[in-house]
Amino acid sequence: MGALRFDLRDTPPEAPALRAELRAFLADHGRNWSPTVRGYSWMGFDRDFSREVAKRGWVGMTWPRTYGGGERTALERYVVLEEMLAVGAPVGAHWIGDRQSGPLILRLGTEEQRRDFLPRIVNGDLAFAIGLSEPDSGSDLASLRTRATKVPGGWRIDGRKVWTTNAHRCDFMIALLRTSPPPDPRAKHQGLSQFLVDLRSSGLTIRPILDLVGEEGFNEITFDNVFVPDSLLVGKEGNGWEQATAELAFERAGPERYLSSLPLLTAALDDLRAEPAAAETVGRLLARAGTLRQMSLAVAGMLQDGQTPAREAALVKDAGNDYEQALPETLRNLFDPDRTPAEVQEMQRVMTMVARSYSLRGGTREILRGIIARQLGLR
Amino acid sequence: MSDELRTILLEQVDRLLADNAGPDLLRANERGIWPERLWAEAEALGLPLALAPEAMGGAGLGWDDAVALWQVLGRHAAPLPLGESMVAAALLAEAGIAPPSGLIGLAVGSAPVAWGRRAGHLAVLQGREVALRAGPAGQEGRAGYARDPADAAGPGAALATGALPADAGLLAGALLNAARIAGALEAVLDMTVEYANTRKQFGRAIGGFQAVQQLLARCAGEVASAGVAAATAGRAAARRGLAGAEFEIASAKVVCGEAAGTGAEIVHQVHAAIGFTDEHALHLFTRRMWEWRDGFGAERVWARRIGAAALARGGDVLWADLTGRDER
Ligand SMILES: Cc1cc2nc3c(=O)[nH]c(=O)nc-3n(C[C@H](O)[C@H](O)[C@H](O)COP(=O)(O)OP(=O)(O)OC[C@H]3O[C@@H](n4cnc5c(N)ncnc54)[C@H](O)[C@@H]3O)c2cc1C
Repeated sequence: MGALRFDLRDTPPEAPALRAELRAFLADHGRNWSPTVRGYSWMGFDRDFSREVAKRGWVGMTWPRTYGGGERTALERYVVLEEMLAVGAPVGAHWIGDRQSGPLILRLGTEEQRRDFLPRIVNGDLAFAIGLSEPDSGSDLASLRTRATKVPGGWRIDGRKVWTTNAHRCDFMIALLRTSPPPDPRAKHQGLSQFLVDLRSSGLTIRPILDLVGEEGFNEITFDNVFVPDSLLVGKEGNGWEQATAELAFERAGPERYLSSLPLLTAALDDLRAEPAAAETVGRLLARAGTLRQMSLAVAGMLQDGQTPAREAALVKDAGNDYEQALPETLRNLFDPDRTPAEVQEMQRVMTMVARSYSLRGGTREILRGIIARQLGLR
Repeated sequence: MSDELRTILLEQVDRLLADNAGPDLLRANERGIWPERLWAEAEALGLPLALAPEAMGGAGLGWDDAVALWQVLGRHAAPLPLGESMVAAALLAEAGIAPPSGLIGLAVGSAPVAWGRRAGHLAVLQGREVALRAGPAGQEGRAGYARDPADAAGPGAALATGALPADAGLLAGALLNAARIAGALEAVLDMTVEYANTRKQFGRAIGGFQAVQQLLARCAGEVASAGVAAATAGRAAARRGLAGAEFEIASAKVVCGEAAGTGAEIVHQVHAAIGFTDEHALHLFTRRMWEWRDGFGAERVWARRIGAAALARGGDVLWADLTGRDER
């Protein structure tokens, strides 16, 4: 099968000690997280919590010390991520900066950008949003139209971004914008550039959008003549598509693509002892969880080795999304309204709703399968 | 075994099967014709005893090496009872009985013995006891889906007996079948991608249709999952022995079994009528995938086992148990 390889990786020797530290920390801070908080998992936003996480050195863990990082391994970071996800911690205030914005700045940013942004991400002071989708550009991202026009000293932005998770609570976003018209309609991947945009810029309006759960999770952002200085262009002008695609490899590669609903299984397990049919179902769910974890670790290992496992990440995300999306539905069949604790049922309800997003955010199921099919050699 | 040596061995076995095995040999197997030459070549490579320690005439391969090798067998639909004989030799050795050369029939409980009629010896596992007996087994019949010869051990006198950890035979057999399924899945996915790129309808290759692409992408996810689950189980058994790897082996049997079902469904859908014929080779693989997912405990059996264990342990330790297995 093409070049897709998943070589097993072990967690690092530091893992047991790191886990013990994390579990104590999460037990302490997580005492009062509601079923809704846990149900939102990494889309949940809690700046105070993120600052506490940052204080322990768990943000920017792998980055160079010069920028405040911890110079630890990608696999140690993996342990931190999976421990957070396993309990549904509201990590949204540092998740995006740690996962993709920071690494992008580290890889392609100027020295000035690195010194300015990375230490603030590491401290938990700077929360990032992802500025990709637009009203008319979802899966067909390269068709986006929000444009940046060159002016003296910088750029003027006009247009609209949408579905921007937590933008109303964030500080910056990395926006993919059109800086020159495509040379011909089929070459729409050209002429795009990435910018660091201050979400408090004048001319920028953020309107929260209520989601189906009833929460203000994502936003619409309107740019009306918003000025961005030259110093906040990321990487090379016109190179935005390649840069954003590499960023997507980070975005898709993590354990959050199969673990979003695992806290429900943990919460429900004791109640399920009373349900005779539960053993087989739980066994199947565990067999898959263990396997997806090994696949996800294999991808993390490739990242650690400096590779860009974009296709492997797409495959694990797709398989993981199927799993995490089916989990609340599967467990529902084992619950009994008269027996199952109210907070477990509440978490199940929240997750049934939130789970719709699993196979949409970060690239839809259909788009991911298209990537996998191309990798297989289907034309 | 070093990665380098393993790669050489796997290439050797792959070449052996590519040169000597194939649909004709599989069909001959199903008619009860013993693959004489292939077996002789496998013996010449020392494969049947490979899992036994060197002191017992083997090569001391680990369960992780075995999984990689069985996956290669699966890729060729395993047209000989090599995997079973390797397991039999390994279990005899573990019980302190030097495994004899030649085909050893593997008899676990009342399960049929692959090619028992040709076995020079039998390893008969009942409960925790393993007995070495003289072969062959009585000629019984053919396995359900696969139609390969499958015979009954029947009664007989033991040449030697020994003790094994509980369920050793079932666990080793499950590991074997999981690995073979993972390999067979790779083969049918490759066959199907190839077919989708050549079969034309509506003036284009059917692989260009998005509905077909989406099916095969899903299949690829199952193929990758099966491969990782099998490898994880092999690694766990190499580290902690069969009994210490129960969770991983059970998981592999569940995941590979589910993947066999989904994978077979998809590759047949894409092949359509030609894949439903006797003449086409696809069913030589898919029938064996269905056979192997039932053998040594179907998904249901293993899922219940690990599910019941997790329920007994409780939600508080579920995650710690899952992550702690390789971190002790
Ligand atoms: C909870 C949530 C949070 C999000 N957060 C962010 C964020 O922070 N930042 C951001 O930029 N975006 C975010 N998104 C947007 C997300 O990336 C998009 O929803 C996604 O890319 C799909 O775009 P769309 O919703 O416009 O659907 P469309 O692209 O219109 O797709 C609609 C349907 O058509 C299918 N489809 C489209 N094209 C094809 C094709 N070529 N082949 C087959 N099927 C196709 C899709 O798979 C889907 O089923 C978020 C989305 C959700 C649900």
